[in-house]
Amino acid sequence: MAHFVKKRGKSSPEVSTASLPDIIFMLLFFFMVVTVLRDGERKVKVVVPQATQLQKLEQKSLVNHIWIGQPVDKYRDLYGTKPRIQLGDKFATENDIPLFLEQHKIKVPEPQRPRITSSLKVDGDVTMGIVTDVKTILRKSGQLKLNYSARPKQD
Amino acid sequence: MAKKSSRDRMKNEINAGSMADIAFLLLIFFLVTTTIDVDKGITVKLPPWSDEPPEIQKLKTRNVFSVLVNAQDQLLVRGELADIDELRERAKEFIANPQRRDDLSTDPKNAIISLKNDRGTSYKQYVAVYNELKAAYDELWDEECQRLYGIPYSDDLPIAYKRAIKEKIPMVLSEAEPTNFGEE
Repeated sequence: MAHFVKKRGKSSPEVSTASLPDIIFMLLFFFMVVTVLRDGERKVKVVVPQATQLQKLEQKSLVNHIWIGQPVDKYRDLYGTKPRIQLGDKFATENDIPLFLEQHKIKVPEPQRPRITSSLKVDGDVTMGIVTDVKTILRKSGQLKLNYSARPKQD
Repeated sequence: MAKKSSRDRMKNEINAGSMADIAFLLLIFFLVTTTIDVDKGITVKLPPWSDEPPEIQKLKTRNVFSVLVNAQDQLLVRGELADIDELRERAKEFIANPQRRDDLSTDPKNAIISLKNDRGTSYKQYVAVYNELKAAYDELWDEECQRLYGIPYSDDLPIAYKRAIKEKIPMVLSEAEPTNFGEE
């Protein structure tokens, strides 16, 4: 007993904080790796519909996004409330899509090009008319892999 | 003497105490900007475009499961009004035809689901319908996979297994050009 008491009396150790920066750095790197910086501002309002049979999109570099929805409040005066297409960070029309696809394609190495997927991020309240037009353009430009973006269904 | 003491001081290590603060700052920046994106969706493959009108194929009516969605988001399945909740079960029954009924498909290989919508159909409803039809196939694939290999169907399945299952139950979903009634 005396032995223990003696030992405790001798030292009052502090917790070493030397490894704190390391831990923080580890967290930092984790977040740096998983971070997807928002690419430009969203000019259209998109709330994607819910679904159950979802598949994950692999490899972000092989995906191009096409947004369709009503312009957000800020742009209502200029663009009205009719659903619009947003490519990159600009409003666009269907006819801009082939060029957009081409611009994305040249950034992808040749062997991976057949695996390019277009992710359609379409607001649930948009009517199919504009979506069909976009699909037709995609078919005409040979972009046949498509993903209807959706969120998992919550009960 | 003074010089020497200065050199002594130089020997001191750089104070790394603020390192944690800097790292924290960066960490918080990344925490805030991070959107752990769940980029998920229903993957589809579009048919290639051709300028010639498609060949008209004669199909037996029993092999076609037609689904129409109008601009009011109502469903017409094989000529009668239907509810979206029963779509999955009906599609499954149609494809597999376990009771060998003569108004359902002769074989899963011959079964064709034909989906047609209006330009005024809401995207929400379209995705919901597509999702149900895909779910019907997914469930059938899963059952087939359980029967053949005793494991559930998943995307990580060996390609040979997948191919064998899809050979038996190919997913044929034909989409017609939409009608143009409901778009404003």
